[in-house]
This record gives sequence, C-alpha cells and structure tokens, in this order.
Amino acid sequence: MSDDLRKIIVDGEEVEVPNSFTLLQAAEAAGREIPRFCYHERLSVAGNCRMCLVELVGAPKPAASCAMQVRDMRGGPNGEPPAMNTLSPMVKKAREGVMEFLLINHPLDCPICDQGGECDLQDQSVTYGRTGSRFPENKRAVEDKEMGPIVKTEMTRCIQCTRCVRFITEVAGVPEIGMIGRGEDAEITTYLEQAVTSELSGNVIDLCPVGALTSKPYAFNARPWELKKTETIDVMDAVGSNIRVDNRGPAVLRILPRVHEGVNEEWISDKTRYAWEGLSKQRLDKPYVRENGKLRAASWGEALGVAAEKLSGDASKIGMIAGDLCSAEEMKAAKDLADALGVTSIDCRQDGAKIGGGARQEYLFNGTIAGIEEADAILIVGANPRTEAAIINARIRKTWLHNDTQVGVIGEPVDLTYDYEHVGTSAKDLAGLKKKRSGFIKILKDAKRPMIILGAGALTGEDGGAILRAAGDLAASVGAVSEDWNGFSVLHTAASRVAGLDLGFLPGEGGQDTTGMLSGGMDTVVLLGADEIDMAKLDGAFVIYVGSHGDAGAHRADLILPGAAWTEQDGIFANTEGRVQLAFRSVFPKGEAKENWAIFRALSDRLNKTLPYNNLVELRQKLFADTPVLGGIDHAPGAEGAAEFDAKSIGTDGEVGDTPLGSAVSNFYFTNPIARASEALAACAALNDAPAAVAAE
Amino acid sequence: MGTQLLQDKDRIFTNLFGHHDPGLDGAKQRGCWNGTNEILQQGRDWIIDQMKASGLRGRGGAGFPTGLKWSFMPKEVGARPHYLVVNADESEPGTCKDREIMRHDPHLLIEGCLIASFAMQAHACYIYLRGEYVTERLALEKAVKEAYEAKLIGDDNVHGWDFHVYVHHGAGAYICGEETALLESLEGKKGQPRLKPPFPANAGLYGCPTTVNNVESIAVAGTILRRGAQWFSSFGRERNVGTKIFSISGHVNKPCNIEEAMSIPMKTLIETHAGGVRGGWDNLKAVIPGGSSVSLLPKDICDDVLMDFDALQAHKSGLGTAAVIVMDKSTDVVKAIARISYFYRHESCGQCTPCREGTGWMWRVLTRMAAGESTIEEIDMLLDVAGQVEGHTICALGDAAAWPVQGLIRHFRGEIEERINNYRAGKPVFVSQVAAE
Repeated sequence: MSDDLRKIIVDGEEVEVPNSFTLLQAAEAAGREIPRFCYHERLSVAGNCRMCLVELVGAPKPAASCAMQVRDMRGGPNGEPPAMNTLSPMVKKAREGVMEFLLINHPLDCPICDQGGECDLQDQSVTYGRTGSRFPENKRAVEDKEMGPIVKTEMTRCIQCTRCVRFITEVAGVPEIGMIGRGEDAEITTYLEQAVTSELSGNVIDLCPVGALTSKPYAFNARPWELKKTETIDVMDAVGSNIRVDNRGPAVLRILPRVHEGVNEEWISDKTRYAWEGLSKQRLDKPYVRENGKLRAASWGEALGVAAEKLSGDASKIGMIAGDLCSAEEMKAAKDLADALGVTSIDCRQDGAKIGGGARQEYLFNGTIAGIEEADAILIVGANPRTEAAIINARIRKTWLHNDTQVGVIGEPVDLTYDYEHVGTSAKDLAGLKKKRSGFIKILKDAKRPMIILGAGALTGEDGGAILRAAGDLAASVGAVSEDWNGFSVLHTAASRVAGLDLGFLPGEGGQDTTGMLSGGMDTVVLLGADEIDMAKLDGAFVIYVGSHGDAGAHRADLILPGAAWTEQDGIFANTEGRVQLAFRSVFPKGEAKENWAIFRALSDRLNKTLPYNNLVELRQKLFADTPVLGGIDHAPGAEGAAEFDAKSIGTDGEVGDTPLGSAVSNFYFTNPIARASEALAACAALNDAPAAVAAE
Repeated sequence: MGTQLLQDKDRIFTNLFGHHDPGLDGAKQRGCWNGTNEILQQGRDWIIDQMKASGLRGRGGAGFPTGLKWSFMPKEVGARPHYLVVNADESEPGTCKDREIMRHDPHLLIEGCLIASFAMQAHACYIYLRGEYVTERLALEKAVKEAYEAKLIGDDNVHGWDFHVYVHHGAGAYICGEETALLESLEGKKGQPRLKPPFPANAGLYGCPTTVNNVESIAVAGTILRRGAQWFSSFGRERNVGTKIFSISGHVNKPCNIEEAMSIPMKTLIETHAGGVRGGWDNLKAVIPGGSSVSLLPKDICDDVLMDFDALQAHKSGLGTAAVIVMDKSTDVVKAIARISYFYRHESCGQCTPCREGTGWMWRVLTRMAAGESTIEEIDMLLDVAGQVEGHTICALGDAAAWPVQGLIRHFRGEIEERINNYRAGKPVFVSQVAAE
C-alpha cells in the first residue's frame, strides 16, 4: 500500500498526512481531539459508537472518522484538497445526538459506579451532553453477566462498543465474549456465564469505556483521584511489563498497565493486575527466630546477631539462593557480602536451570519482544508462553494473525490461542530436527528471520546444558543468528533472573549451585525470597529467609529477616530481553521490614565486612561500575553482538534425554509468593483447576 | 390524462401473474434464454455500456445506476475471484415484486445472473433469499436445476462461460437485505452491516470483489440487452426510465403487482391497475409510495405525483422498492407509523448507537402519541430525535426508521396535535373519518 502524503484541510487548516491515516488520526495530527468510545488503536475498527463523526465538506452525511481513511476522501470539484470539519455545528449536533442516545438507556449511576472519575462517557458528556433528559420512558435494564472472579459486570451501563469482544477475540484469542440479540436487546455476554479462559482477561476492564466491566477485587475501594500513582515495573514474570501502581496511604489498591511498545504494548496479564492483593496478605512484618521448633518474634538486633553468628561459620558450607522477585540491588548486596565472606555457593537460578556464566546472548531473549513481529517462523521449545509470559504469547498471536508467521512447538501440545505445528515433544526431537529435510525445519531454513524460543524450564534437568547446546546449534544452522538478527531467544520466567546472571550471582570457585546446595551438607543457607525450591532437601541446614511473604521459605526458616516487596523499594530489573528497567517505591515496607539491600548492608556491618555503600545511590554506582550492562536503562540489546555470537557452542556437550519437555509454569496464577497470597488469583486458579462444568443432560 | 399505459408487448415479466408455465420450456417460449449467446459474444464492455445506456437504476430501493455499479468491478481478475450476489432478501414491508419473479419467471433471473456475472467476470453467483421465501426457494431451485440440466449454466455450458448459481436461504432478518449485512450473513456471520468504504466492488464476499444487485435489476438485464437500451429508456422520464414492477397494497379494491412504465402518475397507477382506492379517490388519506421506509404522502400530493425517483424525492419521499401502500380515510396514520416504527425497532441490528437507541425511542413516543398521551412539544422533540438518527448510522436502516416519522410529522402534524388535545379534553382520541366497510 502506498503511504504517500496527502494534503487535506482540517477545520480550514492545511495538513499533510499519510494516505493510510484514518480521519481520526489525521484530525489528531492537526491537533484536534475527536471523542470516541468504540475506537481503540490496538483493536480492529468497529465504527459503531458514532461518537467520532466528522463533517466531510461536500458530503451530505457526516462520516465516522475512525473508520474512513484519508485516501478515501474526495476533493473539491475544482481540484481543491479534501476538507473535513471537526468543530462545525453539524459535527457538534451529530455528537450531541449520539451522546443523548447513549445516555437514554444508561443508568446514570455515577455516584455508585467504580468507573466514576475515569469514565469516558462521563468525561465526554461534559462536552456533548444535554443538561437534562428528554427521555421520559423507562430505561432498559440488562441482566448482569457472570464473568469470573476478576471482572465485575453491570451490564445496564454497557454502551455496546464491543471493545471487550474485539479484545478477547483478537488479542486474547479466546472468542468467549460476544454480542447476542439485536437492536435494543443486544447484550454483551460470555454466552455460558463463565470466566473467560484467558490470562489477559483483566484488560477488558481497562478497555471498557464505561462502568460495565469493572474490577471485582477493587470494587468500591477507592476513587481514582484519591490514589497516588507510581509508574513502575511488574515482576510477576520476566516480561517486565510497564505498570502503574495506585496506592492510598500504605495500601496498594490496584495495578494498571502503562504503554510500552517494546514490551507490553498496553496489556498486562491477570497475575500482574492482581498481584497487589497479595501485597497485603501473608506479610512478614517483623524478624522471627525459631525456638524449640516455633517461630518467635524478635528484634532486628537479635535477629541480625543470630544471622551474623551463623554466617561467620565455614564459608564453604554457607550458601545463598536468590529467588524470582529480587531486584538487582539486593542481589548485588547479597553477592558482595558473599564475596566478602568467601562464600562461593551462591545461585540465582532456584529452578536449577543450566544457563548463564557465558556471553549475555546465551541467556537473553535476543529476538526481543517487539522483534517477534519481524520473525517469519518461530519455534517454541519447552515453553508454554501462554502461562510463562502471557504478554509475549499475545505478541506471537499478533504476528501469527497479521503477518502469516509460522509457529512450531517442541514440547507439550497445549492451546496457545494460535495454530502451530507440533514438531516434537522431547529434547531428542529438538536435537534431531537439524537432520530432517522436510517439515518445520524447512520453514525455519527458508525463513528470513527465524526465531527459536527456548523456555528456561527446559534447562532444569540433568541434560539442561545439552539442550541449550542443541537449541543454539539449531539456531545457528537455520540462520537465526546473523549480523542484524539474533533469533535465539531464551524465555525466562523470573523477573530477577537476567539481572542475576548479569551480575554473576552464580557459584564461584568450588561453589555449589542450587542443586548442589539442595543435596545436603550445607550448614547455613540464605534464601533471598527463594520459595520455589524443595525445602525438604535443605536437610539440617540453618535457613535464613530474607523476604516479604510467609510462604514455603518462611515456613522452613530458622531465622526470618523481613524484607520489602517490589512495590516497597526502588529496584532495577532486567527482563528476559535484557532490557533494564527501573521499579519505583509506591508504599513503604510493612511493619519493621526493611529494604532488602539494607538488610545485607546491616549484616555486613555485624560481620565486620562493611559493604562500601551507605545508600542506594552508592550501591547503584558500584553496581554499574561492576556490571555496566545494568546501567543501560530501557535498552534491549537485541541483535547487538550477534556477529560474534557463536550459538552452536553454547551450553555443554552431551546427550539429551527423551523425556517430554514441560513448561516451567504449572499453575499460571501461583508462580510466586505474592501471587499465591492474592485472593483474586487464588479464585482464578481454583476455576482453572476445576473440571469443566458440564450441563446435566 | 392521456397517459400511455405500458402495452403487453413491452412487458419484461410476461408471466408475472403466473398464468403460464414458469419452467424452462415456458420461459423459452416467452423469449428467455433467447440469443443469450449472442449477447455474451458482444463482450463485457458492450454489455456494461448497454446497461449504462439503458438508464436502469437499481430496483432494490436506492436507485443506483446498475450499469455504473457493474463498471466499478476491477477490469482484470486478480488473485481474488469476482462474485455476483443477488439480493432476494425482499423484506421491505409492502414489497412483493421479487417474490413473483422468482415464482413465475425464475429463468429471467438466472439468465440475468449469467449475463451480469459474465460482464463482471464472476464464475459464481449467490442468490440470497429471505428466510420466509420457502415456495420461492423451491421454485428458484427447480429453475436452477433445469438450467443446469439444459447446460445453460454450470461447467462447460453452452454459453462458454463456466458459471454456477447457488441459492442461499437466509433466516428472515430485515437487516440482511442491506448489502453488506447480507454478505456477512452469507459468510456465516451475524448479519450486521459493514463499514463502507471499502465498498463490495473492492472487498465484498470473503473480501473479494463483489456486486450486489436486486433481483429485479438482474432479471431485466436479459430483455434490455435483447431489445436494446433505446427501447428500455423510451419509457418514463429522463433519469427515471424503464419499466418497473409496482406492488400495490392496502386500501385498494384489487391489490396487485403490476409492471408499468416509470413515471406513471400515481393516481393512474392505482385507478387503472388496483381497481382504485376503496371508496373512491376522494376517500384517500395517504400513500406510502415506496415501501415502509419512505415518507408517506397526503392525498393532495398523490393527486398528481409521478411514480419515479426524482418526482417522489422532490416531495421528500422516494420510489424505494415501488411498494405502494394505500391508506384510506379510515386509517389511523399515527398508529400506522407507530407500527412501522415498531418494525424498525425490532429489526435494528443493534450495532451502532443512533439506530439501536433511537428506533426504540421513536417507537415509544409514537405509541404514546397514537393514544394521545403526549404533549405538543414532544412532536418537535420526536422530529429532532428522528433527525439525530438520520444520516448518523452505519447503514441506511437508521434513515429508513427516521423517514416515516419525519413524513408523518411533516404532513399530519395537525392530526397528532388534535389527538393530544382530544386526550387532554377527555374526548375519544381518534375517530375513523369513514366507517370501515
């Protein structure tokens, strides 16, 4: 399609816009604001609300500006450029008419509506609404629909814009919301009155321009103007979704997405959205010491004393495991302390993945999330992106839908919301793929930009290193790594992982990795928010748990040092692409809990190994000096250094097994202590686990 | 008046009343399928030029020139096949012309499909029938079968243009008569109009170039090309030429479908063919000249108005489908229009705001008005609401719902006011001016 510029006149003012622009975009380019309800730039155009009508000079009827392109405009009879008016009396009257129609059957229950204060209908009625109603008839009432534990419905408020329908159908890929009935009786419904089976279902709440779909856990909690908004980063998965955390006083009340084209566009997963519920539950708010098998509250002084005593023992029998939600700073502080103590058994891979230690390209999602849209063939190995990174799965679906991208899967044949070729189930199939001549290997070889997505979960077994080698080898042989493209992409599931690998939170000389530390023989193990390990295997070790939530780790711990959750401290996170992003504090740590890096700083003082920083700024200066890559904020390296990247010799040599490759995430809603403490997510998980309800026959 | 009525020799639909054999043999005797090959041999440009020259305007209601519409199809067939879709979803209240064509002259339609498809380089034609037309479907399917058997259509047919006709039965929604909603329905989706542009000639059925024509527009094509564009354009006034089937119903002595020349005076049409208004011409109250969606006209306009696109449009009404609904003085026009409003409320697809909300509002107000339970001010408000619907919707259903209401207020405002006043005074709100027989 040609994208030539065309001269048009908007309200008498000449502008030059691309032919492919819609009139709405053209008007915005000319600095005009066009009201809209149904139009959303990331969804298909419906053109049904009719709020965005503009006047086309010379045309008898106004046109929906969201649906018409500049190329379809007609010029004047004497070759004048086409003109539209967005402020004329005709436009105003048309929009006022539409607004009146929208309001006649709207309940106008703003005082008890959660959308109040951030409602498109409310806002636009200020400009286009009448002062009074001319509609004396009874208003239409619509029965509310059951949409599960996340979405609260008040369908009488619905204006049938179908944004939710289009989102669920197009982006989420589960066509479970639709419009039934016609005319006045048209209703938006989930058909079967059940929760939408999507990890992205909460986004319909943001999309709904009125209060028809609101957040159930947030219901009647707050008004938007009461909330303090903090723009930060999500840690529920390794995507690093850009979010806004809203709090009132000490309580985080909701999480909303922010736009980042390179990461989450403007969607977030349900886990991201409802993690806040877990922030107020199961919290560790004071230090605890285990005495006679029972945890007893203690003072910081006492707790630090116990910790210092334990950490001054035999350094070869002390270990540290960092969990999935740690910021780079706290891992840096912990690592510096370990180094000072001579402790070499440290690991940031609590899942035991055989990855890291080499070049950065070995463990990054080099293709980048935005780069998924450039890939023309994608092979997913040992991952279920739908549960491991729902946002990335939506990107894959997007490119599959719009760009004709071919997708293949080695691993479990699960429903990913798009069609794919099931290439194999085990690592043997991966290793053998290279030798095949037809089938998906041909698609990969013929592709200009092939992408291999390797799930970190596939690397946790004995043969993890060999699988990494096989995947790298395949990437090299199909041309996935070239000068300007690096399609070798590791999909991590932990927000802390890439930064941990970057700063070398890995076993040092003679040190044990996670598997080694879990094989017994350790005297003291520090768990830095690590809850996903098999606690029974810690054997008789003295366990110091530094973290925010009372979960598996705290349950096993002999000493608890209460830390901050990610919303309670500033922190640096690198997502699976290696994109370094800053998270900011929204509220203060609970009770006596401290920021995590400060706990290690305090410990170091007790151990007479004082860390060389007194505040976060100094810590970061040292962090950036030691690990410069973490200083490149919001930069995804992508294909940088791809030319020097020898993909075929990463990992370790060896035989791969033939056990089926599973996903790292067995329960999407329960991957970390914060998510597990959230009631909304627990309700979602329960629905997910429940056998499908079948109507009695 | 000296009006020359259409002579039998100039009728296209010579079996409109079903007195003869609708089958292939009968159709051939009446001239159908005669010289079709010769027509096709003239080439597609000639066909389209002839159709343009004939001045035929679409018979489905909007009156868009048929030849021009055909010429919008891409000249060359690209990667996407071309389609012809025939709109036989005849749902406009009062209209029953296509019904008679499909029952009694189906071969004219099939022949027209072949010619039109050839002209637009389509190898497949879909005829979308309204759900209630079961007899018509059977008749049409029978005719299609005959045409296949006679090798008139199908692969390797005698005309040398591979061509298939598929008869598709809708489910009876009025909105599926809107061309893009029809395409959606044909594709198996919910019948909701699409946004235009893109127009069907660019992206229609399954995203391929498509032309959607009314049954009558297609069925007359064969005869026009056989007898010449000149012949067809010799009837009626300029821009309003040709012959047309009028469906006359309501308070007339002999309701009928009749093919007549365009631009025939309405009075002549009704008096000559429908046996006159019940109780005589002076007993006339109003006429809806083109199906329920156009504005009704009071008697003083009906006295001398011509039945064609431009004459009726000059009176802010329209020829529409040429379904003439006659109402004598016993008619409660307010209630009649309220009933029409109910129809549009019921048939609105619910997709876009003004129609979804406006049709119900207008119906409710009109229903109250019919009972006198309203206020004088509300008449202007209703007019305003109708204006808010008109022209603001995705498809023309919004306009179709607004026009009858606007027409009622334009011509019978006094009657509404009287009714409201009667109600307030405790008098009967409506007394039929002439007792029903």
